[in-house]
Amino acid sequence: MNNPMDDKKKRGSLAARLKKWQDKKNVLTERKSSFETVSGRPVQDLYTLIDIENLEYEKELGFPGEYPYTRGVQANMYRGRLWTMRQFSGYGDAFDSNRRYRYLLEQGQTGLSVAFDMPTIMGFDSDHERASGEVGRCGVAVDSLADMEVLFDGISLDKVTTSMTINGPAAVIWCMYLANAEKQGIGFEQLGGTIQNDILKEYIAQKSWIFPPEPSMRLITDIFAFAEDHVPRWNTVSISGYHIREAGSTAVQELAFTLADGFAYVEAGINAGLNVDRFAPRLSFFFNSHIDFFEEICKYRAARRIWARRMKEQYGARDPHSLKMRFHTQTAGCSLAAREPENNIMRTTIEALAAVLGGTQSLHTNSMDEVLALPTEKSAKIALRTQQVIAHESGVADTIDPLAGSYFIERMTDQMEAEAEEYFRRIEELGGVLSAIDCGFFQQEIADAAYRYQKAIDSGERIVVGVNRFTSGESLQIELLKIDPEVEEKQFRRLQKLKETRDNEAVSTRLTELKKTARGGDNLIPKILDAVRVYATEGEIVAALKEIFGVYREKPLF
Amino acid sequence: MDRRKIRVLVAKPGLDGHDRGARVVARALRDAGMEIVYTGLHQTAEQIAETALQEDVDVVGLSILSGAHLTLVPRIKALLREKGLGDILVVVGGIIPEEDAAELLKRGDADRIFIPGDSLDSIIEYLRGSFSSNHTL
Repeated sequence: MNNPMDDKKKRGSLAARLKKWQDKKNVLTERKSSFETVSGRPVQDLYTLIDIENLEYEKELGFPGEYPYTRGVQANMYRGRLWTMRQFSGYGDAFDSNRRYRYLLEQGQTGLSVAFDMPTIMGFDSDHERASGEVGRCGVAVDSLADMEVLFDGISLDKVTTSMTINGPAAVIWCMYLANAEKQGIGFEQLGGTIQNDILKEYIAQKSWIFPPEPSMRLITDIFAFAEDHVPRWNTVSISGYHIREAGSTAVQELAFTLADGFAYVEAGINAGLNVDRFAPRLSFFFNSHIDFFEEICKYRAARRIWARRMKEQYGARDPHSLKMRFHTQTAGCSLAAREPENNIMRTTIEALAAVLGGTQSLHTNSMDEVLALPTEKSAKIALRTQQVIAHESGVADTIDPLAGSYFIERMTDQMEAEAEEYFRRIEELGGVLSAIDCGFFQQEIADAAYRYQKAIDSGERIVVGVNRFTSGESLQIELLKIDPEVEEKQFRRLQKLKETRDNEAVSTRLTELKKTARGGDNLIPKILDAVRVYATEGEIVAALKEIFGVYREKPLF
Repeated sequence: MDRRKIRVLVAKPGLDGHDRGARVVARALRDAGMEIVYTGLHQTAEQIAETALQEDVDVVGLSILSGAHLTLVPRIKALLREKGLGDILVVVGGIIPEEDAAELLKRGDADRIFIPGDSLDSIIEYLRGSFSSNHTL
């Protein structure tokens, strides 16, 4: 048994020893006047027991798979099952992307992640004038169920889980996936996967919105309700910090804004009359892993603890699944450099390692060429191999939360939690997430941080190897993926043919019914599902909903 | 001689929502003493050319990260020419592969391309250099 008096004496003597050490050390010169993380957080020269003297193990850390989940959401973490290696990909038309998916699965990838092209993301068909030049460019073009059928041809939807990065028209694309499963003879209850479906971060950072906030939130709670009854293994939202960080935020802003969005969805669900423990277990998260190794690890640990605490204390969740923050991670696209792109392999490795040490459930590692184009097969393979080396060679997956107890890690985890709480208070003062979006709060905070970061790089205060230091002046030639210019034309013809051969009367009837439901208050999902089943296109469904819901406009600021 | 501040239209054409670069550049140019008009997102080529005309700008800066540059940039340049604005400097920033950049420059659709890793100062210097004779800053 420890005697508290003895402890106090020990600490006093440790503080005195630390002071002596600092005096001695301070005569030595340091290579910089101040040391900060990539987010501008000051880093001390040394962390000791004194920095975590108030840490209560059971309360702050606990055990893996137990409240407050700081150490991980599963009891056995990666000793049981490794994280899912889920490479985000999609380009050209559904045929091109289907080939890439089959290749990645053959290479040992364990889950699929679909990247859609901009017209699909914005709710336009490939034949819309606004789609011109953008079809299949930064993802795969999906106009109707017919494309979805091709996209997953030869891939059994009960054998893989699929993540789909789709937000504004998430309900439509999800319904196409469900209808495709139906055609494969697979029941909805057997389907696992994720739709991003996080409209709040679209208004905040990613800027691919369609409808105004209110109907957008209705679509989301309709998805919650439908999934609860029919697709119980589906993650209905992937609450995303990734894009907030890519837009230039700091680590704490990413943490705080993402969790604030998460709480807003929980409140929306509760306000729509749903039981928190019925939908909260299906909420998942998506974080960035930037280059600052320790700060990222602390961010993940803090995120789990904040979520668990708030869900329990503020929203009264009781089911442990509601309290567990499960998340996907992607390495930071914005940390990659176009100069000397091979160096991006090392950057991605460090970031991937941070995600694993932070306890991620799935991971996408960026390919070295993604700062220039969509990845080639070769660069995508290196990115996947990076994860496999971490998983199977490095040994880091063999013990759970190995950095816990580090004075530095625990101290920074606490600090980040406290700073996030401060942001929650400010957002609350502004009247909640939607009002804060409305007054441009998040957007301005992120723009300021992005500008500071760029200035630090420009001044050389922050070093980027091969960009502003150690530059060789040589431009390295790497092979880039080219999107077949024929894709747009091919997709256009395919869509024309579909419109000629489908039952257009059925399409028109279903769209009319959909609009009727949109005007009323019933769940929209069954109506959207009915429309996609008869091959109504994404653009037609979105246009029908726009008639009722209107569109969102942002006030531009910089 | 007409001496005035350099007026820059910073525009996001197409459906791409990645506006970090556009906004950082807009702010840097403003801090460097230029006058900035920022269009906001999801602009059509027609909207951008019309704004360039209405705002009487010297430079159109286009930020494109969606891979649609080979369609969008030539279209905007053509519309500018149609409006008698063929002399406006067209500068493009974003994810533009070297080969595509060369093509845009060769065809005269763009005057200069900046890619990730290029400094804000290099953009400012380029613009100042282009207007050194008849503008103040």
